[in-house]
Amino acid sequence: MEHALVHFAQLLVAGLVLGSVYALVALGFVLIYKSTGILNFAQGEFVLLGAYVCYWMVVQYHIPFIPGFLLTFVVMSIFGVALERLALRPMIGEPVISVIMLTIGLAAMIRAFVSIVWGTQIKTYPSVFPQQPVHFGPIAVSQVYLWTFFLSLFLLVIFIFFFKYSRVGITMRAVADDQQAALSMGINVKKVFAIAWSVSAVVSAIGGVLIGNINGINIALSSFGLKVFPAVILGGLDSVPGAIIGGLTVGILENMAGGYLDVYFGGNVKEVAPFVILVIILMIKPYGLFGIEEIERV
Amino acid sequence: MHCGLFFSNYKDDERVWKTRFVRIWLGIFIIFLLAVPFFASKYTLYIMNVIGIFIIGAHGLNLLTGFTGQISLGHGAFMGVGAYASAVLATKLHLPFIVCLPLAGLITAAVGLIFGIPSLRIRGLYLAIATMAAQFIIEYAMRNWTALTGGSAGMLVPPASIAGFSFDSDFRMYYLIFFFVVLATIYTKNIVRTRPGRAFVAIRDRYLAAEMMGISLYKYRLLSFAISSFMVGVAGSLWAHYVQIISDEHFTIWLSIQYLAIVIIGGLGHVLGAIYGTIFMVALPELLRIPAQLMAGHYPSIFAIFNSLRDGVFGLVIVLFLIFEPDGLADRWRVVKSYWKLWPFSY
Repeated sequence: MEHALVHFAQLLVAGLVLGSVYALVALGFVLIYKSTGILNFAQGEFVLLGAYVCYWMVVQYHIPFIPGFLLTFVVMSIFGVALERLALRPMIGEPVISVIMLTIGLAAMIRAFVSIVWGTQIKTYPSVFPQQPVHFGPIAVSQVYLWTFFLSLFLLVIFIFFFKYSRVGITMRAVADDQQAALSMGINVKKVFAIAWSVSAVVSAIGGVLIGNINGINIALSSFGLKVFPAVILGGLDSVPGAIIGGLTVGILENMAGGYLDVYFGGNVKEVAPFVILVIILMIKPYGLFGIEEIERV
Repeated sequence: MHCGLFFSNYKDDERVWKTRFVRIWLGIFIIFLLAVPFFASKYTLYIMNVIGIFIIGAHGLNLLTGFTGQISLGHGAFMGVGAYASAVLATKLHLPFIVCLPLAGLITAAVGLIFGIPSLRIRGLYLAIATMAAQFIIEYAMRNWTALTGGSAGMLVPPASIAGFSFDSDFRMYYLIFFFVVLATIYTKNIVRTRPGRAFVAIRDRYLAAEMMGISLYKYRLLSFAISSFMVGVAGSLWAHYVQIISDEHFTIWLSIQYLAIVIIGGLGHVLGAIYGTIFMVALPELLRIPAQLMAGHYPSIFAIFNSLRDGVFGLVIVLFLIFEPDGLADRWRVVKSYWKLWPFSY
């Protein structure tokens, strides 16, 4: 009995940590969806690129971790702006299908770039956080996990306040709500789009670096971008708190499914569980927990 | 002198082949295609067969994406469902090919509908997300449902045979695939001229107006999705009987993305677009081998990164097409044609 409980608690902790990273990446996704209306299928590649840029600075150029981490923000935000300017802006006014396909094309390019420059083997990050685990009763939690969890939570809280009170956050919500109205109120919509893309790239990169500290990085990191979809569908496509709760829930459920169902389905249930959750949510509550239900009457 | 096409009634305007000239050229082209296997190399024949199979699936996706305006990111897996369904029916139940093929299509349509129904009820791009989930769930099933699919070892499939005649070579298979490509093309061309096809286009262009005109959104979206999955299932069945060994590695999300790229590069909502797009997308990686081989002398490492390079170029091609040629190859073909029609007197 005792043993089963510890097993459960460990799955829960690992799930919370994974879920907090999902929440960060989902936040990046929702940022773009909210302000520009684009489903970004390259979100996972932002995670990938961010993790590798930080790796490149810290390991190959021997910059200390904290400055390297901050420099990664700069690189990623420039990358986000450039992406918006070069690839996404020509697509304004094109059908949504084309824009989605464009992000898929970009994803393929970023993945190819990373695997050509850095190869496909797993790279390990230098350990930045102390090694010895912290004990909570019978459960041992490594410090990386704690850092990841609290850093993610901290950022998520920051973003909630950013949207609620800061001028830029409010203009972003305004653009999301009604582009025409925002334009006529003198909001620079193009600037808002650029900010959305760069902030989203930075947030995803943070997720990438954190997960890199736990597992090391390789090209498979981009699958984070796909796991984001269950999270945002659960939370509601256009809701920031939804992304956070959705991310945490999917992370926990994924780990639980991996821990308890692998025996029955022959392994790797972890990979597929989030998508089963997604389909179930679409069947019973298609707009998610906090999404705005669109009702149209003719 | 005529300097254009003028129709004085709707019947003429709705003709599939608008002039005698087109009909004659098409006839010559089909005779040429029928004669190709007699002088083509085995490799060329293989490429042409692959193109043919993909055209059938691309027609299906084009009906859904190009004509009805819904995205599917699961057509790669649906092709896999068709392939595995056909393989299981042929090896475990020993059904003849002529029964397996349509049944594989029906099973694929049924599986597609399980994932499609919830998202087709609501507006927006939920189908894209639901079909993506379908892609991963089906992939997982193909890999782990070992009793049925043989797991990652894959499955051996007997060659297609009809009434004792076995299509066991590239040469024979060419004609079988050719028959189905023609059938699929005629079917697609005709469905867009009839009520369902016009309803699809109306839903794509303005779904509210379509609904006000008495078109049931739910029914026609569902119909479009079902037909689309059916066609890609048939393509999967043909694929299984052609390559004769199938495994889950072939039907990944990458294949779904390739299908989408095909219909977008070919031209959304053009029946011929699916054909141009497929030829382009299948031929592109083959053509990329040539510079890679030329450069291999100087940079031997190029083969190590060839796959990444190919995927990168693939992404780049999609991005460039979307930015500079958003209407696809079919539209470019039309522009070029109308330019030469009256050349050099362009007005």
